[in-house]
Amino acid sequence: MTEPRETDAHTGVETTGHEWDGIKELDNPLPRWWLWTWYACIAFAVVYWVLMPSWPGVNGYLKGTLHKSDRAEVAQDLKALNAQRGAQMAQLRTASLETIEKTPALQALALNAGQSVFGDNCATCHGQGATGGKGYANLRDDVWLWGGSLEQIQQTITHGVRSGDPAMHQSQMPAFGRDEMLKANQVDDLTEYVVSLSHRSADRAAVARAQPLFAEQCSACHGPQGLGNQTLGAPNLTDADWLYGSDRKSIHEQIFNGRGGVMPAWGGRLSPETIKALAVYIHANAGGQ
Amino acid sequence: MSLITWKSHGRFERNSLLLLIGIVIVVAIGGLVEITPLFYLESTIEKVDGIRPYTPLELAGRDVYIREGCYLCHSQMIRPLRDEVERYGHYSLAAESMYDHPFQWGSKRTGPDLARVGGKYSDGWQVQHLTDPRSVVPESVMPPYAFLAKKDLDYSDIEAKLRAMKAVGVPYTADEIANAKADLETQAGSSAAEAAGLQKRYGGKTINRDFDGNPAQVTDMDALVAYLQVLGTMVDFRTYQADAPKNQR
Repeated sequence: MTEPRETDAHTGVETTGHEWDGIKELDNPLPRWWLWTWYACIAFAVVYWVLMPSWPGVNGYLKGTLHKSDRAEVAQDLKALNAQRGAQMAQLRTASLETIEKTPALQALALNAGQSVFGDNCATCHGQGATGGKGYANLRDDVWLWGGSLEQIQQTITHGVRSGDPAMHQSQMPAFGRDEMLKANQVDDLTEYVVSLSHRSADRAAVARAQPLFAEQCSACHGPQGLGNQTLGAPNLTDADWLYGSDRKSIHEQIFNGRGGVMPAWGGRLSPETIKALAVYIHANAGGQ
Repeated sequence: MSLITWKSHGRFERNSLLLLIGIVIVVAIGGLVEITPLFYLESTIEKVDGIRPYTPLELAGRDVYIREGCYLCHSQMIRPLRDEVERYGHYSLAAESMYDHPFQWGSKRTGPDLARVGGKYSDGWQVQHLTDPRSVVPESVMPPYAFLAKKDLDYSDIEAKLRAMKAVGVPYTADEIANAKADLETQAGSSAAEAAGLQKRYGGKTINRDFDGNPAQVTDMDALVAYLQVLGTMVDFRTYQADAPKNQR
């Protein structure tokens, strides 16, 4: 640093001492505004260290004088939210499903809450309008696989269907074709029989052949007349409502492969009062049982 | 003249080697202060009950997830904010991605967050949705991934994958690595009785079933659905003490 600095004659500013092909660089100081902004940033950082969680140490970190904690804050927020939802939600928790449905104020609350929760969690399978789809039950009609009373709907939502929950609805339609329980022509005959059950024209000879077969293989769950059984989730085969399609191909496939839908258990995911609101919402939507 | 003066920076500016050494020292201090404590501080290496390494099938599914770029539209990180907790469930814990290399937190949410998607839908729904998203969610903009159900899962290198994970810190045991192939096949569709070994190694909550509805084949779909169904399900939040002081930060 001892070499004499050259001063540029034109501007009166020292140069850096470098020279490239006759070009020299002036050694101007940093602009004041820049420098002060920089100092301000440093000062801000020091204040921030004091207020907010910052420096790590050996056994922990500086918590900061504000004791800021995202996790504590969200817990506070949720508490505030519950306070805001307040007494009415608490009533949903304690009131019976019938009381909720019969008390207009509670019913309105349940319908509102139910609708928003339905859109977030149920609509992905049952559809935004709750009309279902192939393999997903229509919740707007009065056909119920596992029962359509308020309690039954609550039970189904809480524990699910074939969900793995200890209290889930459980039944298994056998794969009569795939597992070779029946011969191919027997599955064909049964298909005709099931078509005939819903009052459609079918091959009479096949229907006659399948009659003892139905009594033997199907009636235990679907009933001798094919009216179904809600305790087993066995659908009524005589109506116009079909979970996997009403045409011969779909019916044949169902007898052959014996699918059983899965509905997750919502008991661990949604609060009991939310499930009650949902049950009331679905019950009201469908006319209920 | 003293060694250090206000003009001393000139010394660095005129000597590139000195400048390089100076930069290395400054950056190293930054690294030591900011990174080293992450390896020993209790609060950054929280242990939470239930967290386990992925099973071989889930790990293979994670690779499918990454290969198909799912992370470009889906995050796996529920932030501790009221609206996120209301919609997706309990906020994500650091421990929940401790065996993710690399983690899939992300910040781009063209689709919903998937950190707690496990168990939210049935396997059948996942398969149908991946095959044709708009058949179940009409307004969805997700591309279809129907080919996953037809493509045999390539798990010839699954043991090597477990070893690679072990090299970066996932505590796979020798037993787990040796049985990786068998565990993968077991999880993708055999009876519960045959899964005793799998459950011994990865815990009783490990799900084994035919995820893609096609028992004849172990497909990419099996692996991906197995992975999706385990996301966010390892911690039992009925017993997790979110309010405990040690968990507050």
